[in-house]
Amino acid sequence: MKLLIASGKGGTGKTTVAVNLALAMAEKKIQLLDCDVEEPNAHLFLNPEYSSEVEIGIPVPSVDYSKCNFCGRCAEVCMFNALAVLKDQVMVLRELCHGCGSCAYLCPQKAIHEIECPIGQVEAGKAYQLDFIHGRLNPGEAMSPPLINAVKKAAAVDRITIIDAPPGTSCPVVSAAAGCDYCLLVTEPTPFGLNDLDLAYQMVLKLGTPAGVLINRCDIGDCAVEDYCNNNGLPLLYKIPWDMDLARLYARGEPVVLHIPVWKDRFREIFFHIQAARKVAMRR
Amino acid sequence: MKLAVCAKGEGLSAQVDERFGRCIFFVIVDTENEESVVSIRNSNADAAGGAGPQAAQLLAGVGADAVALGNVGPNAAEALKTAKIEVFTGIVGTVANVVQQFREGKLVLLTEATVPSHAGMKNRRGGKG
Repeated sequence: MKLLIASGKGGTGKTTVAVNLALAMAEKKIQLLDCDVEEPNAHLFLNPEYSSEVEIGIPVPSVDYSKCNFCGRCAEVCMFNALAVLKDQVMVLRELCHGCGSCAYLCPQKAIHEIECPIGQVEAGKAYQLDFIHGRLNPGEAMSPPLINAVKKAAAVDRITIIDAPPGTSCPVVSAAAGCDYCLLVTEPTPFGLNDLDLAYQMVLKLGTPAGVLINRCDIGDCAVEDYCNNNGLPLLYKIPWDMDLARLYARGEPVVLHIPVWKDRFREIFFHIQAARKVAMRR
Repeated sequence: MKLAVCAKGEGLSAQVDERFGRCIFFVIVDTENEESVVSIRNSNADAAGGAGPQAAQLLAGVGADAVALGNVGPNAAEALKTAKIEVFTGIVGTVANVVQQFREGKLVLLTEATVPSHAGMKNRRGGKG
């Protein structure tokens, strides 16, 4: 199973759920990937011992002026406006380059070669019995999907994988979601939670990934999220009430399942609900 | 001298457009020969990113020597400098007014950006991604 823990809104509890789910089921040889490479935080709860660190880069164009005749083809084929041909200079806008390689491939003069430009690191290691992998995007870097893909590529294929996704519904989340067979949408029962749950649900519908909902802090706010789930046939898998112990342990960077046994039972229950919902979705 | 004026429409009577990378038209006027007026639609006005440098490329391609604009961002300013296109600001009214102001030396020569990146994108709907 490849399980994505996502949410439209930030701060709903994705990382809490991902970390505690993984730890509660640790005997199953689980690997946990933190794909929120812009602001990774799962490691704060796990203090992993890293065994590898790999630099990840994207290929960006470099122009050989002894060959370039300023024909403008490179700028014409770039979908992202990352090149501008200005008389006798080619301006490369690094922050717009997606590393697709079209400019180098299509240059009639073969005047462009690609140089690897670092965007971040993938770190892998162990935390408790978990295999843990995450990415760290370099500050100021705009393009996270290549690093997210590298985190996923570093994972083993033969075991249960839990992916902590970045918030939102844009390219980074879509990159994290690719290849996942179930998505748990973590939300909260507030107008903001509902608005962004709707966006996230529209996204997974487009991706064709079956999804279920977990409502965090379910005893605050209103019942609009529950109504939304019922009206859209979106399975509501679990509700976590607001809890002082959970909040206190979170603030200290401690996973609740390691300290309070009843929470371990609850997260195991959540896992089994997800497994069952995934089976139902696969039969459809 | 070929002067490109950022404008909202075509021809000398068009109103100026404050933005550079995302202006609607460039009206290119030969300041020695008023008869010669060419209006070019700015194909990058709706680009997701990199509109400024692309606009500079467009002006370099048509052989503009100078551009008259309201505001310019850092990438566009660098691109215009690289293309050796002079940058003048302080435009108001119509393209014809701007050409007159240019002749009278009333426009201000710029050497650096006047606004941060993406300033021309406000009032557009957008999001991360």
